[in-house]
Amino acid sequence: MATYQEFIQQNEDRDGVRFSWNLWPSSRLEATRLVVPVSCLFTPLKERPDLPPVQYEPVLCSRANCKAVLNPLCQVDFRAKIWACNFCFQRNPFPPSYAGISEVNQPAELMPQFSTIEYIVQRGPPAPLIFLYVVDTCLEEEDLQALKESLQMSLSLLPPNALVGLITFGRMVQVHELSCEGIAKSYVFRGTKDLTAKQIQEMLGLTKPGAAGQQGRPPAPQDAAASCKFLQPVHRVDMNLTDLLGELQRDPWPVPQGKRPLRSTGVALSVAVGLLEGTYPNTGARVMLFIGGPPTQGPGMVVGDELKTPIRSWHDIQKDNARHLKKATKYYEAMANRSATNGHSIDIYACALDQTGLLEMKCLSNLTGGHIVMGDSFNTSLFKQTFQRVFSKDYNGDFRMAFGGVLDVKTSRELKVCGAIGPCVSLNSKGPCVSENEMGIGGTSQWKVCSLNPSSTLGMYFEVVNQHNAPVPQGGRGVIQFVTQYQHSNTQKRIRVTTVARNWADAQSQIQHIESSFDQEAAAVLMARLGVFRAESEEGPDVLRWLDRQLIRLCQKFGQFNKDDPTSFRLSESLSLYPQFMFHLRRSPFLQVFNNSPDESSYYRHHFVRQDLTQSLIMIQPILYAYSFHGPPEPVLLDSSSILPDRILLMDTFFQLVIYHGETIAQWRKAGYQEMAEYENFKQLLQAPLDDAQEILQTRFPMPRYIDTEHGGSQARFLLSKVNPSQTHNNLYTWGQETGAPILTDDVSLQVFMDHLKKLAVSSSA
Amino acid sequence: MSQQGYVAAPPYSQAQPGMGGYQGGFGAGPAQPLYGHYGGQPQAFTAPPTGIMKSPVSSAAGMPPPPLSSQYSPNIQQNGAHPQRYPAPPASSAYGQPAPSPYNSMASQAPPPTQQLTNQMSAMNMGNYAPGPMQSPPPPAMGQPPMPPGPQSPLMSPPQSPPATMAMGGPPMAGPSMAGPPMAGPPMAGPQMAGPPMAGMGRPFPGPPPPGPGGFQQPGPGAAGPLGYQQQAGPFGGPMTGPQPGMPGGFPGAPGGLAGPPQKKLDADSIPSITQVIGEDQERQGGQVYSTNVRGQVPPLVTTDFSVQDQGNASPRFMRCTTYTLPCTADLAKQCQVPLATIVKPFASLPKNETPLYVVNHGETGPIRCNRCKAYMCPYMQFIDGGRRFQCGFCNCVNEVPVHYFQHLDHMGRRVDFYERPELSLGSYEFAATLEYCKNNKTPNPPAYIFMIDVSYNNIKSGLVKLICEELKTLLENLPREEGTESSAIKVGFVTYNKILHFYNVKSALAQPQMMVVSDTAEMFVPLLDGFLVNYQESRAVIFNLLDQIPDMFADTSESETVFAPVIQAGVEAFKAAECSGKLFIFQSSMPTADAPGKLKNRDDKKLVNTEKEKTLFQPQKGVYEQLSKECVAQGCCVDLFLFPSQYVDLATMGDVPSHTGGSVYKYNNFQVETDGEHFLRDLRKDIQKSIGFDAVMRVRTSTGFRATDFFGAVYMNNTTDIEMAAVDCDKAVTVELKHDDTLSEESGALMQCALLYTTISGQRRLRVHNLSLNCSSQLMELYKSCETDSLINFFAKSAYRAILNQPLKNVREILVNQTAHMLACYRKNCANPSAASQLILPSAMKVLPVYMNSLMKSAPLVGSTELSTDERAHQRLSVMAMGVEDTQLLLYPRLIPLHNMDTSSEAPPAPVRCSEEGLTDAGMFLLENGHSMFLWLGQASPPDLIQSLFNVPSLSHLQGHMSSLPELDNPLSKKVRSIISEVQDKRPNSMKLQIVRQRDKPEMLFRQFLVEDKSLHGGASYMDFLTYVHREIRQLLT
Repeated sequence: MATYQEFIQQNEDRDGVRFSWNLWPSSRLEATRLVVPVSCLFTPLKERPDLPPVQYEPVLCSRANCKAVLNPLCQVDFRAKIWACNFCFQRNPFPPSYAGISEVNQPAELMPQFSTIEYIVQRGPPAPLIFLYVVDTCLEEEDLQALKESLQMSLSLLPPNALVGLITFGRMVQVHELSCEGIAKSYVFRGTKDLTAKQIQEMLGLTKPGAAGQQGRPPAPQDAAASCKFLQPVHRVDMNLTDLLGELQRDPWPVPQGKRPLRSTGVALSVAVGLLEGTYPNTGARVMLFIGGPPTQGPGMVVGDELKTPIRSWHDIQKDNARHLKKATKYYEAMANRSATNGHSIDIYACALDQTGLLEMKCLSNLTGGHIVMGDSFNTSLFKQTFQRVFSKDYNGDFRMAFGGVLDVKTSRELKVCGAIGPCVSLNSKGPCVSENEMGIGGTSQWKVCSLNPSSTLGMYFEVVNQHNAPVPQGGRGVIQFVTQYQHSNTQKRIRVTTVARNWADAQSQIQHIESSFDQEAAAVLMARLGVFRAESEEGPDVLRWLDRQLIRLCQKFGQFNKDDPTSFRLSESLSLYPQFMFHLRRSPFLQVFNNSPDESSYYRHHFVRQDLTQSLIMIQPILYAYSFHGPPEPVLLDSSSILPDRILLMDTFFQLVIYHGETIAQWRKAGYQEMAEYENFKQLLQAPLDDAQEILQTRFPMPRYIDTEHGGSQARFLLSKVNPSQTHNNLYTWGQETGAPILTDDVSLQVFMDHLKKLAVSSSA
Repeated sequence: MSQQGYVAAPPYSQAQPGMGGYQGGFGAGPAQPLYGHYGGQPQAFTAPPTGIMKSPVSSAAGMPPPPLSSQYSPNIQQNGAHPQRYPAPPASSAYGQPAPSPYNSMASQAPPPTQQLTNQMSAMNMGNYAPGPMQSPPPPAMGQPPMPPGPQSPLMSPPQSPPATMAMGGPPMAGPSMAGPPMAGPPMAGPQMAGPPMAGMGRPFPGPPPPGPGGFQQPGPGAAGPLGYQQQAGPFGGPMTGPQPGMPGGFPGAPGGLAGPPQKKLDADSIPSITQVIGEDQERQGGQVYSTNVRGQVPPLVTTDFSVQDQGNASPRFMRCTTYTLPCTADLAKQCQVPLATIVKPFASLPKNETPLYVVNHGETGPIRCNRCKAYMCPYMQFIDGGRRFQCGFCNCVNEVPVHYFQHLDHMGRRVDFYERPELSLGSYEFAATLEYCKNNKTPNPPAYIFMIDVSYNNIKSGLVKLICEELKTLLENLPREEGTESSAIKVGFVTYNKILHFYNVKSALAQPQMMVVSDTAEMFVPLLDGFLVNYQESRAVIFNLLDQIPDMFADTSESETVFAPVIQAGVEAFKAAECSGKLFIFQSSMPTADAPGKLKNRDDKKLVNTEKEKTLFQPQKGVYEQLSKECVAQGCCVDLFLFPSQYVDLATMGDVPSHTGGSVYKYNNFQVETDGEHFLRDLRKDIQKSIGFDAVMRVRTSTGFRATDFFGAVYMNNTTDIEMAAVDCDKAVTVELKHDDTLSEESGALMQCALLYTTISGQRRLRVHNLSLNCSSQLMELYKSCETDSLINFFAKSAYRAILNQPLKNVREILVNQTAHMLACYRKNCANPSAASQLILPSAMKVLPVYMNSLMKSAPLVGSTELSTDERAHQRLSVMAMGVEDTQLLLYPRLIPLHNMDTSSEAPPAPVRCSEEGLTDAGMFLLENGHSMFLWLGQASPPDLIQSLFNVPSLSHLQGHMSSLPELDNPLSKKVRSIISEVQDKRPNSMKLQIVRQRDKPEMLFRQFLVEDKSLHGGASYMDFLTYVHREIRQLLT
């Protein structure tokens, strides 16, 4: 077998799965001693250009509470045409259509390379995709104009048979009718009134009059959908909608001096959710909310309209001074849950210089798998390109989005599933493999992910249930099966099944094996997710303390040291980077709220808990590349010592892309050497990071903030706040080196952090 | 000052009349007595106005500086050419009687030099006519034999001794007339009734206490007010309810009558005739100029065509009183029971030849007012102390004259700028209001009109929506606008609705109108601000586009449910958002049954008619609409409701908001475009183009001794004094009841100032002030002489129509009869010469009161017949509440014009004849109109040529069933008839649908009920029966 590195990579490429441990401890006690739980990052829709979907139904285990899918790990008796379920050991006959199978004629799902397989199934009529734009009109003229253009552009990107709808709001909420000829019609709702879904549907005329009275027979949703004037195929109303968007005006109600515009975001969402609920329940739909400021009236109000009362800050929240926080959060949570129940996802595109209430509204996207995009203005390329990228297509020309996903996790008997962390909600499916010990969103073996894209990644946490005195016999394998049902963007219903297995290992005798099977990258991200998940409900310092203790325990378990001798502390290669990840995680905006607004924190956390491993790692520990005349571009340490005058640095934090010109380079550039023919090489040097940045910009969603700065530039703070402050104003002179740039901070550096860690790890009292 | 030039300069030099000159002048003057008895031709003062006199006044439209000589002609021409400048003192009492001494004594007192001129003059009038009346026997008028001057002749001297029994005796009269169902139960308990109504004074019906926190309070020191109120409550609520049930319908006062032989029928022509009275007044004062320079002067009848010159008192077009001489004491008022009231029509339209009101601007500090009672500067303010101070004529407080307003006084104590200032010399004028008179101290925005069209199935099917949309295109060009401006400042907005509302954005910048649907009828709001209320001229293209599309948009609607309260609410919210006042035009087809606030249900119950609970049919349903009225008034939102019902719509409730906001209710039963379209459009045009003021508050101030206590009209009372009107147009009148606080003095008379604060159609805040001075007398004779029947009946109608909300109709009718009898009996007792009890003696000024009273009692709301639709009755009740004197007069006594034998070449229409079947002839053709309905009645034996020339068909039988207009034919008769009809249509506030009925056809029944002197189909006495009955009542009272 190749190295674990290769094994891990291969597994990720094939199944989209990264486990924290690739050998599993064989008893519960051993597992807990490993500190990092048995867990994995799972990317349900990882792009697999090499994986052709099969056009038939999966074969299921016939045991009612199992229903596992036939997979390559199953024992198959080709003669008896029987297969044994590897989860419940039920012996199942093959269905009649499999009559012809033999060792040489196996269906795809039995072949080892198809540990991940995708089925296209025929269930019900193809459901169209639905895009419902919910647009704030309390914007600056310029912003509104830009937004209108983006929306009009997006119409051309939609599949022609997709349904579109438009809701605009300001002081009032307007639902635009799209089917009409002649006069443009819209239904208007008061922005201050909390309406029930039923009221909304009645007011929109979606319920047939009198139908409600007839023996309480609920109106068939298909009828309502057919007559729905608000959601129309884009090919039919393209022109109409373009005109409508073109004529869209700013909210006409006057805004007195010293007031915020009245923005009824809460009611607008409630109308959007109510509309979809009444017309297309359980059909893939995206509500796209565009906001230019916080909700200022009605249910879901985040801040009053008096400008003199600023929107809540972390300080206010800690002091319990945020008046509307709890109520608004509760309101949006209820909304998000309703939406999730119906399989509709909600995107938030918030572009404003001040906060827009993402803290309160984040659950809308977090629970429904929607996007959150945060920018300064709709008139920036950040928003425009990000929005365009929502509609990007894959190698097949299909949209990189899927709807109404249901993720079902099945485990073999030795394992139970504790929970998931990601853009999902629990479906409360209690089964034999559900653990009582919850981590993340637990208590279920099924989760709903209303909207998925190829990079959507969930953290899944498991526990080993075997008792110490009855461990799993050696050589056995634990199996986990992920079954993801979803609506493909081409309206097909699909089921993707991923079945993975890992060996059991006795932790006492095979601790080295286990240690070397440790995937420190995956573990760092999985632990970080747990930390971020906790941070949503717990005080920041508590979370940090918890993380620290986990780290110390891990070091105690796997470090090699002499008691009470910090200098003797060593970690093996497979764990060597882990403390460093934790160091950066502690400083990251996911756990630190200092210097971030509540909205920013929510935004960062939102993305952190859904991106795949690589992106997550970048978020935890940004990547720093150096460009100089001394050699080819190279990654360098994220350390203040990397900041040199004759270097150009490119830092990627996922959210920002910073190009930093060292002092000398900046001077050269200012002097204009790059314009001179004889300094062509300098020009190339300047160009190199730009090209690399461009490459990143091309693929990243959402578009990172692009920052071009130089030594002493105000924007250089983005770089300085991220690097390890090995040189600060405190130690600069004692260090006595000329290289690097001192950082004005009292934060501890990685060295100090490591010293403390070692001291604590080796301490016998700890 | 107005561009027309108000007054050039005061002629100090001329105005030097010596007191002696007046004496002589008046002595020789035309003080014509009016005969105080019925039957005689009132000796009309027939001297025609001379040309000299007429010209300056009739040119008043252009109003050259009213020459001082004209204003003051009395002073210098007293003995000369124009004695008739002073109209005959409306006195008949003195006739044949020695001149009352008090007058002489007054006259002999030389008024102090500082006294106001008007006072002087009125005092002199009073002093002077007394000796004169015998001097010139009146010339005969109209060819009738002059009545010999003498004591009042009896009205009728029935040959048999119990004359009054005739009414009850004859079987043909007894049953259906007065003794019909209404009378059958508790009959008139003569002796019991005699007392209680007396206590009621002029306030016959204890209406609901005025709204407001204060409730009904009588702050006056005397106990008279509250006492009177309680006493009234007795007879109406208590004793009357359970009287002797055993009395089988007879009049207990005349038990003999039942047994008596049938009465010889009276000659109908010998009883007082309204047409005759009108004709005589027209003859006497028609075409004349009526100057308002005399206190307590009785104006010509409302039917008379005269022009007015304002000389210090408001024109009778603006204010009319039930009597122009108030009794001095409350006791006296109580004794005679003549109601004291004034009917104010603050926005009355003036004929072309009368000067519009001047606008006075007193600068930044606003109009000058009395510091204590806040009365506005007016001719009754007396300047003293060399012009440095003025004494308020209402409360006698002495106020400093502001420096900027100071002016020297001339030797008469009159300000030198007297003629330059309308507020010193005129009865009616306007002040420009300052910011403190505006809501929130902000100048108001121009008002807006919102058209709210019901687009439910019924209105679409009937074609109404299309009709309205078509008409609006031309109609909006003619929105009322300020004199001299290019276009109207009024903004317009459009809403359509069924059970949800559709607002339209018609901003001029849009290529297409936009519709915004609001289905949240539970909590109405306006979905847009900018683009909803727009300037018509700017947004014309978009509005046209909208009006073209509306009928098509809803062409295939099947929605038949509507809402109503949310529609009004939407209007109020729109005005609130736009910070303006305005008017809603609501075109509604049916009762609002959709599930929303203000949902109504059918509560029409014919079984309630003639029961104690009948009043509930007139009462609006409580709740939403009450609150809505309040909000409307607070925002200045007037509601005009056009109803197109095909069945019961609960008009009592639907009309509640319009009737509290100065709006009108129009009703078109079973509307069909072909037959009713033009009728409706005429109404709509009139309604939109009316001159109107918005967001108005009116206050009536009075001089000490009496005050305004009750108010009837399309108004809202938040407290006991402020009359709030969301809007007031030229046809809306408020009837104000007056009561004594104290004793009034004959010398200073009684002054009233009616001030109306409002917003003009261009958004200016103005104060319109009407001043009127009345005489006071301790002689009942004077009071009866100065009564005005038309005004009286207006008051009676309104108070009775309000009373039916709270008490059984039967009681109300009894009270009306009793009060009539009482007024007349009191006259008989105190003013008339002794004569046989069998003689019916009526005061001259009230001789036709019984006709009107009888007609009032037969009117739909009061008649209590199951054959009349409840909505119709409620509708009439509501419309009368807002009516002025002209309208009630016409409504209660329709004009019946014979068309068959008129002179087609003459300009004037033929004289109307009495509203009685006897006036009709088989070979005749008559036009009848009462301001709401119009009939062309064709006699059975109408000559074919008449029919031919009018209808272009050979005979009556060829006539089409439903015609709503006459064909345009080119012959003199057709032209003449059509011009009469169109003239009448123009004159009336409402359009009337012309109904053509043939004698003995079924529809004739409709026509017949307007012949008010005859017995009514629905139960109601004929004029003759009623008069006889009243006479008997009088006799009861006298014994």
